[in-house]
Amino acid sequence: MKILIVDDFSTMRRIIKNLLRDLGFTNTQEADDGQTALPMLKSGDFDFLVTDWNMPGMTGIELLKQVRADEKLSSLPVLMVTAEAKRDQIIEAAQAGVNGYVVKPFTAQALKEKIEKIFERVG
Amino acid sequence: MESNKTDHNANLFVEELRDCAKMLVDKLQSSDYETASELITTLTQKRDNHIYQSVGRLTRGLHNAIVNFNVEGDLTSDPASIEKSEIKDASDRLNYVISLTEQAADKTMDKVEASAPIAMGLGQESRSLREEWHRLKRREMTPDEFRQLYYRMDDFLDQMGTGADQLNQNLQEIILEQGYQDLTGQVLKKVIGLISDVESELVNLVRIAGQVEEITGLIDDADNFIDANATPEKKVVGEGEGPQVNADKRDDVVSNQDDVDDLLSSLGF
Repeated sequence: MKILIVDDFSTMRRIIKNLLRDLGFTNTQEADDGQTALPMLKSGDFDFLVTDWNMPGMTGIELLKQVRADEKLSSLPVLMVTAEAKRDQIIEAAQAGVNGYVVKPFTAQALKEKIEKIFERVG
Repeated sequence: MESNKTDHNANLFVEELRDCAKMLVDKLQSSDYETASELITTLTQKRDNHIYQSVGRLTRGLHNAIVNFNVEGDLTSDPASIEKSEIKDASDRLNYVISLTEQAADKTMDKVEASAPIAMGLGQESRSLREEWHRLKRREMTPDEFRQLYYRMDDFLDQMGTGADQLNQNLQEIILEQGYQDLTGQVLKKVIGLISDVESELVNLVRIAGQVEEITGLIDDADNFIDANATPEKKVVGEGEGPQVNADKRDDVVSNQDDVDDLLSSLGF
């Protein structure tokens, strides 16, 4: 299971990386915005994408839309972990095809639940 | 105070104008063109004086507002330098908050990452020793194996002591590291104070400018001036807002993960 973590704050990437490691996912890579993440996703065989929303360069929602529009990546499971908490934004993410949405600050339990749920559904 | 004085002056000016105008009509009707001509000169002078006074007030208000804006840098140099101003200071403070919180998070995680292998090592050794111990209790051990266990037990107790001390120390340091909350909180409060000051000075400035524009006839209503500046918040589609500070006071914002889950499940998720 190869996972890409996208967040502009290195601290948050590290926290997510640590939480994922606790859940048994040790093969993770990091990117600091959508622009860096997209080529990594296109060239690497990632199984799962965890992304923030608000980032310079390319935002997480734009990254999600680009992923869904890409023939090869369209079915990649995407979990959004973000401080963006407006209803409109959550609906926008859902409509863009997000698989899970976690608001910051979050608990290890919340992250675990969402990830397990996504894999259950994706199968 | 300043505002009352300004209003008072403006009212006085309007009254003088009215009086002059009445007298002018009277003089014109009684064909006293010489006095009428003098009155017109007086009118112009009064208007000019009023404008001069208003411009003076604006200049003074502008000066005060700029001083209170805490931009005390060298504004005469080109380009203007605000290296020493409080605004620049505020940006520095905010950058300080970012670096301090980052450091605290990094140090905390360093400590956790250093502690995890200690705890894991002690756990593994204790499980392995317990198995040996059970073998000893079941009398399955040769005297040679017992001698080995004897030394291992001695080592383990040593490891346990130093390991526990190390873990304790790391935990203490993690707790200490949370002191950043206090430090950044104080810095943020100062910046918030500065922002409120600047905001009220800005409102003051807009009010003064509006009054002068009204008096000089550039715009007929001071309120329009303020309204024209109060354009609704522009929002770029897809752009984030960052953490919600007052999520519980806004209807268009969720306040926790349960709300997110409810919203998503209502959309068929």
